[in-house]
Amino acid sequence: MSSSLPPNANAQQESNATASPTDGGDDPLLVVEDLHTTFSTDRGEVPAVDGVSFAIEEGEVFGVVGESGSGKSVTALSLLGLADGARVEADRVSFRDEDLLAKDERGLRAIRGNDISMIFQDPMSSLNPVMTVGEQIAEVVRHHNDIGESRSLFAELRRKYVTGTSESSASWERAVELLETVGIPDPGDRAHEYPHQLSGGMKQRVMIAQALAGDPDLIIADEPTTALDVTIEAQILNELLDLRDEFGVSIMLITHDLAVVRETCDRVAVMYAGELMETADAGTLFDDPRHPYTRGLINSIPRTDDDREWLDAIEGNVPDPTAKPSGCPFSDRCGAAFSLCGEPLVGYPAGKSGHRTWCHLYNDAVSRDGDEIDHVDEMKAKQHIEEYAAAADGVPYRPDFGSEYA
Amino acid sequence: MSVSELFKRTIGASGGGGKTFGVRSDLLERFGQTLSRDLRAKIGFSVVLLFGLAAVFAPMLAPYDPMAQEYGVLMAPDLTSAHPLGTDSFGRDLLARLMFGARISLAVGLGAVTFGAVLGILIGLVSGYYGGYVDDVLMRAVDVMWAFPWLLIAIMLVAIFGQGFWNVMVAVGFAYIDDFARLARGEVLSIREEEYTMAAKSVGLGDREIIFEEVFPNTVAPLIVQFTVFTARAILAESTLSFLGLGVKPTTPTWGALLGQGRGFITQAWWISIVPGIAIMVTVLGINLFGDALRDAFDVKETGET
Repeated sequence: MSSSLPPNANAQQESNATASPTDGGDDPLLVVEDLHTTFSTDRGEVPAVDGVSFAIEEGEVFGVVGESGSGKSVTALSLLGLADGARVEADRVSFRDEDLLAKDERGLRAIRGNDISMIFQDPMSSLNPVMTVGEQIAEVVRHHNDIGESRSLFAELRRKYVTGTSESSASWERAVELLETVGIPDPGDRAHEYPHQLSGGMKQRVMIAQALAGDPDLIIADEPTTALDVTIEAQILNELLDLRDEFGVSIMLITHDLAVVRETCDRVAVMYAGELMETADAGTLFDDPRHPYTRGLINSIPRTDDDREWLDAIEGNVPDPTAKPSGCPFSDRCGAAFSLCGEPLVGYPAGKSGHRTWCHLYNDAVSRDGDEIDHVDEMKAKQHIEEYAAAADGVPYRPDFGSEYA
Repeated sequence: MSVSELFKRTIGASGGGGKTFGVRSDLLERFGQTLSRDLRAKIGFSVVLLFGLAAVFAPMLAPYDPMAQEYGVLMAPDLTSAHPLGTDSFGRDLLARLMFGARISLAVGLGAVTFGAVLGILIGLVSGYYGGYVDDVLMRAVDVMWAFPWLLIAIMLVAIFGQGFWNVMVAVGFAYIDDFARLARGEVLSIREEEYTMAAKSVGLGDREIIFEEVFPNTVAPLIVQFTVFTARAILAESTLSFLGLGVKPTTPTWGALLGQGRGFITQAWWISIVPGIAIMVTVLGINLFGDALRDAFDVKETGET
């Protein structure tokens, strides 16, 4: 394929623009290849997630970072079939070699909570206000474990409205145990409390306990600390890391906070306007950010050794998802954009040791099978890099990509 | 001793997850607290209790047989004739008839609203939760029901199926399906969008569980109020039907029938229709107040002390 394709061939071409994100070795826990989630609205088709590929290994904390509306949450919801009213398409979404996209609602329900569970942003509104927290956890325990307690509608309604779950039942005991696991003091008493009686941090712990109730292999935490204050944030993140160490559960941590990513994640994916910009080990991403967008994000973090009067904000706004620029969605805000940036990237960035950059400046795409492919005009990119480097003094994006941020 | 203490003492409630007679104690406790705090709740509770007991124990408590006629004391006005509330035009004791009438009136009232509530809430829950075509079909059907005056429907149903306790109950209750459906649906529409329904989905609960176990409990507060308001209305509706002669059975004492029978003698013996009228009014008021108290007791969100 060449750069001569018209811009409206964008979508098709991008769907070819992936390769297996696995680097050989063991099969990852979750593999997502070329995920597209599209909402049909009155204003037309909105591609909320537009060709995203990543893999999450067992026991890994995988960060997904991006601005509001960049498609992080929708990506997560799409995996579980919870993106209401959206059309989800992908080459592959497999969890432990099970094809999640091929599953019907029933099959997905068996996955949710049991294999993959989710923690939401706002613990204040994610717990049912009219049920005690113990009840809410016990319900999930019963749902996912056959422990000989009746799950008939009548039995559940009786528990919910009249008797409450018996304290001596296995599901209740397990609920209390889970509350203890997530660090809630006096779990036996706390289990009888209603959500409004708990603090925000406590509620988020309850959410985590509920997410653990089905003994999942992957927990998707969608901005789990955004609604909490900073000290509690640290506690909750530590709790999640402890759970990873204790149970070997993988965590997909969705956040807009780079500091959180740096503290907790093993690997990171940077998303922008529904597309991946860069994936790398967390350390690498901060030491050697490549994509101009990633660099822009990192430059906009205030630092203690700062002598800048103003933080380097990225000019402009996130594009309207119905009218994204052709090619790279960041190209209209990118200080390093050049003639090729209106063209879609062909192939899947090969990346070295998993550091992949969806940017023409890196131009190292390979085919799905890892074979060399016809690159977009390589000379053009190289020339641009050189020209830009020469004229770049004082410009925040520097294609010489020295170690200035190391 | 406050009412709530009394409550605690009698039911032996403790904090935490205790149970009394198999019912979660916190519900009972909250109800006791509401009673002790709120004068109106006390009044409502007392009235409902009084009339309920009078109805249940009417055969034992009533001073006379409600059907027994005493020709010596036709339309007797007061205690002087040894009939506390006087007698009607056939010389039947009004108090006895009032007590037996309470059995029918309260039972039909409660039964009718229960019938309407169960069907209506089911329709509303399903309609609101699923939305789309399901919602359109169900709610248009409800609109059709809503477009008919309840009395016409009730008369039609009684005309088709005949008089009788159960028929009157259904005929009255039929008119409430649409109101409950609308209210429940409206509540579900907002609760469906709450994050906890999404959270429930994300841990693998199915639609049935989410509707009945997550969404429904959050809709009960307004539904309880609706239920009690409509119970009062249903008692009136039953009275209306009885008044029109379409009630349970012409000879059966019900409040509406008593009121209707006294109508012709209002200038000579006002008490024959006024007394059942007062009974209806007090009961309706009491049930409304009681409903408010129940709502407060059920609403765990409002008693938010930590």
